[in-house]
Amino acid sequence: MSAPTGITRVTLLKDLRLEWRSKDAINSMLFFSLLVVVVFSFSFDPSAEESRQIAGGLIWVAFLFAAVVALNQTWAREIRNQVLDAYRVSPAPANSLFIAKTLGNFIFVTVLEALMTPLFIVFYRLRALGPVWQLLLVASLGTWALVVNGTFFAAMSLRTRSREIMLPLLLFPISIPAILAMVQSTTAILNGEGAHFWIVLLATYDVVFTTMCLLLFETVLNAE
Amino acid sequence: MTETAPVIVITVSNLIKQFGRFAALRGVTAEFSSGKLYAILGDNGAGKTTLLRTLAGLNQPSSGEVVVLGASKFHDICQQVGYMAHPSLLYDEMSGMENLQYFARLYGITSGTRCAEVIRSVGLDPDLVRPVGYYSQGMWQRMSLARALLNDPKILLLDEPFSNVDLHSATEMVRLLARTRDRGTTIFIVTHQASLLDGAADEFVWMEYGKIIGRTRELKRPESTGGNSK
Repeated sequence: MSAPTGITRVTLLKDLRLEWRSKDAINSMLFFSLLVVVVFSFSFDPSAEESRQIAGGLIWVAFLFAAVVALNQTWAREIRNQVLDAYRVSPAPANSLFIAKTLGNFIFVTVLEALMTPLFIVFYRLRALGPVWQLLLVASLGTWALVVNGTFFAAMSLRTRSREIMLPLLLFPISIPAILAMVQSTTAILNGEGAHFWIVLLATYDVVFTTMCLLLFETVLNAE
Repeated sequence: MTETAPVIVITVSNLIKQFGRFAALRGVTAEFSSGKLYAILGDNGAGKTTLLRTLAGLNQPSSGEVVVLGASKFHDICQQVGYMAHPSLLYDEMSGMENLQYFARLYGITSGTRCAEVIRSVGLDPDLVRPVGYYSQGMWQRMSLARALLNDPKILLLDEPFSNVDLHSATEMVRLLARTRDRGTTIFIVTHQASLLDGAADEFVWMEYGKIIGRTRELKRPESTGGNSK
């Protein structure tokens, strides 16, 4: 049997290849978040100071909703021809699949963030007063928090009848501590204030929930 | 000349599988020997697919026991089992070769020629770059069979492999399966096209209302037990 890391790598490459060919997730995410940016920019006309106060919330809400679109697509592909059953009957470890899916979603959402952040900066005339590297750290930790739980709960809601609705219902409440940390730390950095506490909270959240998901994923995968 | 006793590869003891209040399998007990081709037959809802999925480790028994190749945990022997379902179990956006290369890695198969070899064995061209989503149903059925044969399994579980396949291709598939059986693989085929297996199958296993009602050497349905599906 291949090493788990080898299986993770081939599964991730397979997912990237499928996404490159279909562009299901990235297109829906891009249009959705573009729509959010434009609608919000028409709804509010904030000054530079006000922008710094609200931008953290706006950015993360847009990314959160857009990520849900991608997360729903990830597993839809696996159940289309019941391909997931082919994985389940193989000797490949369940967690290799979970890590590959999470990494894939992390890449998709990161690409989205990289494309959308310049638009946010332009529309809201944003300029960070704090260190930009901290914003990058918060973006990475926050994105991981969203995708690790999102991938897990998307797998959990896979066999439910209305899984598109079920995913946000499961994901959003459990993500509240992470969202709070993401918004507060982003706002603090934009305003040149200390965000150490929120970054540590976010990192702790990531470690705890990644561990929990890894421990429980095999049960979720094999649930009938 | 002495004949060696058949080796039992699968033992099913009082297997019950319930989905909510519905019992799809109601106390199946049977033994299956190695190197034989079993055709599992019965009407819709008889429990054929549920039995196959339970043997494949995809359904957990509600009660009873399934021992495959001496192991009661499917994961211990999954390397030696091939499974083909009614859906293709393939990614529509990838070619047949790309699909098989991916699944080969899951089984730790590193041989570069194995995928091409198994695609050729089902009568398809390994160089076909067209995505599986654009295959005819007969083609993807054969590619799906190739995926199930990829790990050279000791036990092959096939759910409706001939549905919507033209007669010529289906006959070719039966020949391939008979050759695979002759190499020692135990094969289970759930089908509604039993006549295709007449002469190739070693035994016909008849199911009704979640139970095995008889096992015959010839394609002749035993008398119904008169159960009901409620």
